[in-house]
Amino acid sequence: MSTGFIFALTGAILFAAGVAGMILIGHLLRRILAFNLMGSGAFLVLVGLAQRQDVVDPVPQAMVLTGIVVAVAATALALALVRKLHALTGQFELPDDVDD
Amino acid sequence: MKRFLHASLVLTLASAFVFFLAGAMLELGPTAIDLRVPVAAHLPESGVTHPVTAVLLNYRGYDTLLEIAVLLLALLAILAVVGEAPTSPSRRGHSVLQAMARLAVPSMVVVAIYLLWAGAFRPGGAFQAGAVLAAAAVLLHLVGLLPSWSRPRLGLRIGLAAGFALFLAVAAGLLTQGSLLQYPPAAAGVLILLIESGLTVSLALILAGLFLFLSREAEA
Repeated sequence: MSTGFIFALTGAILFAAGVAGMILIGHLLRRILAFNLMGSGAFLVLVGLAQRQDVVDPVPQAMVLTGIVVAVAATALALALVRKLHALTGQFELPDDVDD
Repeated sequence: MKRFLHASLVLTLASAFVFFLAGAMLELGPTAIDLRVPVAAHLPESGVTHPVTAVLLNYRGYDTLLEIAVLLLALLAILAVVGEAPTSPSRRGHSVLQAMARLAVPSMVVVAIYLLWAGAFRPGGAFQAGAVLAAAAVLLHLVGLLPSWSRPRLGLRIGLAAGFALFLAVAAGLLTQGSLLQYPPAAAGVLILLIESGLTVSLALILAGLFLFLSREAEA
């Protein structure tokens, strides 16, 4: 079992934990954290699988570098929207579906 | 009870997903398309000697061009959501913290310039340099030396858009030579350093703006 596989496996676990958090947690701040956990898991899978051969593949590394910066921007936008929701409704959760 | 069932179902499915994925990753053979060979083969004409920088700014320049566009778009969306609010007076920070920040920030600027320069031949580049500069701005804000930003004025707007505009101008200028973002090998190194310098300034301002535009206390 190589180091790269351990990274990729950790990434898969983080991704699954993030998905479970997205579904189970209602509080929007924690949901953003869960979403970031999913993103970090996907990045770890990409970087981990890129180094399973003797020479590391630079293409996934460059893609992950791009992805990290975009994830930061998306998180900031999500936080701004949550703050606006809190300022307008005083809540940190989305309203429930009617048909549930 | 229903909630418990719901949670256990989700957790079971997530664990099953991890097991299947781990199995698939163990079975995974060598890559069908091996990109390491072409990346290494074209490295001498890319203008840089570090493969990740070559991928980011030469082979896959489109991705980086669109990435800075996405960042700018995210910042514009945040400005639209936050709206107009007066700048809060900067908090009085602790004088020890302020002295430490005054010591740390110049070295952070030096580190950022080094990272930008080092990107051509070792890990580093515009993103890392921009992130360090943005962290310096956030540090100054947290100790009370830099007020939060309100609606950006002309200078800040130019700074925010400069990286994207410069990148786009280089890309459009290269259209006369052939295709978009295809650098002539002789000038590739200079063009990449030029684009990366612009990207560093804009990335630092955008990333700092993500924090400083949102940190207005008057609204909270």
